[in-house]
Amino acid sequence: MSVGLTHFLAVSLLVFLLGLYCVLTRRNAIGILMGVELILNSANINYLAFARYSAGGYDGQVFALFVIMLAAAEAAIGLAIVLGIYQTFHTIDVEATETLRG
Amino acid sequence: MSDFSFFPIVFYLLAAVTVASAAGVAFSNNIVYSAFALMGTLLGAAGLFVLLAADFVAVIQVLIYVGGILVLTLFAVMLTHRVADVRVSNRALGRWSTLLVIAAVGAMMGRALAITTWHQVDPLVPTPTTYGIGDGLLTSYVLPFELASVVLLAALIGAVVLSRKELKDEPG
Repeated sequence: MSVGLTHFLAVSLLVFLLGLYCVLTRRNAIGILMGVELILNSANINYLAFARYSAGGYDGQVFALFVIMLAAAEAAIGLAIVLGIYQTFHTIDVEATETLRG
Repeated sequence: MSDFSFFPIVFYLLAAVTVASAAGVAFSNNIVYSAFALMGTLLGAAGLFVLLAADFVAVIQVLIYVGGILVLTLFAVMLTHRVADVRVSNRALGRWSTLLVIAAVGAMMGRALAITTWHQVDPLVPTPTTYGIGDGLLTSYVLPFELASVVLLAALIGAVVLSRKELKDEPG
């Protein structure tokens, strides 16, 4: 069986599941952000695979660029927030930062 | 797929690197190892982008993800975790219930992947894509393009505001 759209989608699915596992189990805020990066990457693989095999234009590639741009903005803001949390709580364990819990 | 005779070999190599590194990110107990495994995933994904005839996106992936986001992540790791407790720096909770959720989601998506007949066209021939992408950014996608610049400006200002030292003694 030659390599086609399904193979790329399978790789993307595996990366997505590993990213989901990372987001759900990590208690380190930076680990959660890494999981989000994995999920965004799997979305990008999907965009480009469909752009090549299913749509045939440049639309998917343009949207992959927008996803990369949003990931950069998310990483900058997210890591700035993490550093702020670290200055306040001296830890980035997300279970330790429960001041707002009623 | 007859454009390269070695296309499947390269694909499986890159897919193995990508998925194995992603597993390293997800399962490693050391946050520093996770960060370096993330580099393998990002580079493997860039290779897959090249195979998908998206050369410009692959270069941007290396420049922004590997050159920017990953370095930023490593800086944050080094600034926040103490080297002494490196073994507990990346602890994970609720592994088994999470694996259940992952299995359910994976089974659903895998089944959708297996039974769907995708609309297929002739694959794009690998050609330089910069002309098409630039044309799209300035014609069909000019509004998202401008929105992206506003989002980036907001993120820039937000990051500066979040991480600067508070100046308490100046009123206003």
